[in-house]
Amino acid sequence: MFTTRIALAGALAAMAALGNTAHAADLSLSVEIPQLPVAEYHRPYVAVWIEGADQTIAAHLALWYQVRGDHTKWLPDLRQWWRRGGRDLKVPVDGLTGATRPVGQHLLKFDAAQAPLSALKPGQYTVVVEAVREVGGREAVRIPFEWPIKAAARQSAKGSTELGAVALTLNP
Amino acid sequence: MKHPAVGFSAKIVAMLVVLAPATSEAARAWLLPSQTMLARSGGWVTVDAAMADDLFSFNQGAMPIDSLSVTGPDGQPVTAQNPAKGKTRSSFDLELRQAGTYRIAVADSAVMARWEENGKPKRWRGAPADMATGIPANAAKLDVEQTQRRVETFVTVGAPTEVKANAGSGIELKPVQHPNDLYAQETAKLRFLVDGKPAADLEVEIIAGGTRYRDAPGEMIFKTNQDGEISVTWPAAGLYWLEASLQDEKATVPGVKKRRASYSATFEVLTQ
Repeated sequence: MFTTRIALAGALAAMAALGNTAHAADLSLSVEIPQLPVAEYHRPYVAVWIEGADQTIAAHLALWYQVRGDHTKWLPDLRQWWRRGGRDLKVPVDGLTGATRPVGQHLLKFDAAQAPLSALKPGQYTVVVEAVREVGGREAVRIPFEWPIKAAARQSAKGSTELGAVALTLNP
Repeated sequence: MKHPAVGFSAKIVAMLVVLAPATSEAARAWLLPSQTMLARSGGWVTVDAAMADDLFSFNQGAMPIDSLSVTGPDGQPVTAQNPAKGKTRSSFDLELRQAGTYRIAVADSAVMARWEENGKPKRWRGAPADMATGIPANAAKLDVEQTQRRVETFVTVGAPTEVKANAGSGIELKPVQHPNDLYAQETAKLRFLVDGKPAADLEVEIIAGGTRYRDAPGEMIFKTNQDGEISVTWPAAGLYWLEASLQDEKATVPGVKKRRASYSATFEVLTQ
């Protein structure tokens, strides 16, 4: 355990030393779950995916739901995600599914050279973030982008009910 | 203002209509599933069966479920559990564990006969096999017709699977767009078959649920093309009731010429 930590710290130091010149292209996404003035609050189920021009799911990026106990029965409430391909996905999936997140900013980062982004063909895509809350509402926020990443870019959008600020950062 | 006597006779008519289903004056027949779309893990759905013109309010009569059949995604029958017949609706539960689409149908074929006995009108309705005992051999002014009725709805666990039309008799739905994959503002193609073949020029009526909460009946009327298809653009999310019927002389019961066939189905249209 101790040696692993040392090794990891060493690797991180080495990466930092390389500076900005050697990093791989990546896509990162910041998703804000807003604080809501409601009497009964449950953390939302959230799906994040990349949608192709035909609106099918080109890549699943994240799925947060109540993983403890059998609560997958509520996944169809993420209606867009479910219809576009969530219903074909067998959960849980390593590296994709996880527990619901608390109020605040959540950062997701994906390496362009690794799955699932490495499988994307050049073209126009949209990042979709959909959130649905028990006894609450549903909202989806979309940000379009072009693949592969040609220039550094940052685009943002804002939800009005179930989602706060959503920002997409592209690094070539 | 309604005259009291008018209200009273209207009630009597409504009662008679409930007692004699499958006639052209019958109240609307429908199946109402508690949900149409379930997660991959499946679960239970409850289905209500009623005959009432108000969609989807149980305010006229229960629909008998003696001729209920539920077909699973693998084509095998699924047993309805906890069947019950109440005053205003019948109901049953279905345990759906297998992924795919289930077809829930109440379908029957019956014979209706009218004749005169000593100058008085007589009528009989029953199974084709009981015709000989139900209708006197020497009945005067005998008028017989076959009624073929099919009332359906669909429920999907996980991703939708193909809905097969395999009765080959009467009116059937052979959806192009899956009935559990309908969305507001989108256009869906639905194909109808009569006796297993595409039904051209068939009139199809579609009405949104919640008739109680609006003044206009709001029916949408379609006519099938040469391929038996209609294209429906759903105005809003919600439950919809669809009906098609025909009268011809293609009865399948020996000794009967006239036929009246009907098809009705309940669909759930989802939000974008």
